[in-house]
Amino acid sequence: MKKIALILCLTLALSMITVSAFAKGNQLTCTGSTTVLPVAQATAEAFMDKHPEVNISVRGGGSGVGVAALQNGTADICNSSRPMKAKEITAAKSKGINPTAYFIANDAISIVVHNNNKVKNLSIAQIKKIYTGVIKNWKELGGANLPIVVVSRDVASGTFEVFNEKALSGAKVSETAQLLASNNAVISAVANTPGAIGYVGLGYVTDNVNVVMVNNLMPSDTTVKNGTYPLARKLYMYTNGKAKGDAASFISFIQSAEGQKIVKEQGFITLN
Amino acid sequence: MRSYKEKTFQAVTYVTSLFTIVLLLGIIYSLFREGLPLFKTVKLSEFLFASAWYPTYAQPEFGAWTLIAGSLIVTLGALIIGIPLGLGSAIFISEIASGKLKEFAKPVIELLAGIPSVVYGLFGMAFLAPLIRQWFNLDTGLNVFSTSVILGVMIVPIIASMSEDALSNVPKSIREAALALGSTRIECIFRAVVPAAKSGIIGSILLGFGRAIGETMVVLMVAGGSAQIPRSIFASVRPMTSTIAAEIGETVMGDLHYQSLFALAILLFLITFVTNLITELVFLKRSFR
Repeated sequence: MKKIALILCLTLALSMITVSAFAKGNQLTCTGSTTVLPVAQATAEAFMDKHPEVNISVRGGGSGVGVAALQNGTADICNSSRPMKAKEITAAKSKGINPTAYFIANDAISIVVHNNNKVKNLSIAQIKKIYTGVIKNWKELGGANLPIVVVSRDVASGTFEVFNEKALSGAKVSETAQLLASNNAVISAVANTPGAIGYVGLGYVTDNVNVVMVNNLMPSDTTVKNGTYPLARKLYMYTNGKAKGDAASFISFIQSAEGQKIVKEQGFITLN
Repeated sequence: MRSYKEKTFQAVTYVTSLFTIVLLLGIIYSLFREGLPLFKTVKLSEFLFASAWYPTYAQPEFGAWTLIAGSLIVTLGALIIGIPLGLGSAIFISEIASGKLKEFAKPVIELLAGIPSVVYGLFGMAFLAPLIRQWFNLDTGLNVFSTSVILGVMIVPIIASMSEDALSNVPKSIREAALALGSTRIECIFRAVVPAAKSGIIGSILLGFGRAIGETMVVLMVAGGSAQIPRSIFASVRPMTSTIAAEIGETVMGDLHYQSLFALAILLFLITFVTNLITELVFLKRSFR
């Protein structure tokens, strides 16, 4: 009796392994930026509704993770919230991978503060001074007498790299800055901390935090598209070589009017 | 037939235990292979004692001292909170509680050990940190104190359960002798039973230390992540584990940053290895006696 049970278990386990191996047919893996994640997930769901034979799995981890996954051949599509670095492209090419970029949406890095913060506008120079630790109190910026809690993202984040380049022009973030692992962690830290300042992709902004203007400009559809908002950026998907098959049709679906509608619903800014 | 069965069983268990050892050696080998090349470019003394951790800038700096200090300080805090709680409940369960309460209390404490660390982390980030910020009127709740509280609670079941075993294993004759010599119950516990169970209790504390210093998810979510030497217990820190977890995704395989994270892993491994070794020796000493 025990033997029969054992044999049953073994066949079951074996059949599960084989089934999962054969079901792989139209599997598509997207890995990378947590900023691109909501767009990729929502469009993937809509795409799979239309093409039930394709199975898209979307994962986060950060733009750097996505690039590494593309280099190692473990992902078909790499989501990235920044252009790939020259070093990464060389590293990929040396492994026989030829990264090809596709624009999928526009985004603006939004500077967020606590709801009770009176400061409504910051210049890029002021933001740089805050993040490098020169300005330490909100009263220097016309706010309450409250120490500034600087919230930043850790270095695997494409948002951090774009912010570091465009707002800090490559300067080092002060060592007292908190480095958090995701857009959501930044939102929840800022929402819970009266003195906090943070930055997130536009799609992650909620009512729990206030968005401040940068150089007197709000991040919006118009200011991003006419190129005036200083912290605008593009969101990318990278494939190995020109996208083929399901990857190609998935990416062109995101770029289509239908896909861009979802981009807008997710709080990001459409391509054009 | 029977001997055939026996032999197969022996072979199977032999292979599985061998497999575990091979796996462990493989992990150690790959850690050192990926991490040691860092020291060709970065001096060991600079890695251990410099305190600027800027691995991704044009002129990268790999001073891990802030990260080591971060790990040590939250672990120390966890022990300060975890040891009294753990030992207290161990003494209560083993020496004071009566039959039924004893049977109820021990599994409940051990249940704490089954909570996934990410749940502790979520609790700390969303609930405890804002509360601590309000209570102490702080700038931020993501700090050494909140992290120590969560880690301390996490190691309570380890310390409590193992210390309780050690206390229960103290022979009845020792208790009876102490009481017969006219000691009170408290004197009996602290002068006779606890000293007799000393090695087991120290072992449990070292295991708790290993658990706290290796914990990743909680520190990633609650410690705040500033790579600085904390000036107070309400400052944010960036322990080694959360640095590895947060940054490994960014690195290009084989570059300096990648190697530096493996070097951190070697350091963590050595710390936990040495504490486990000490624990093992303490236990061995007990079983030899």
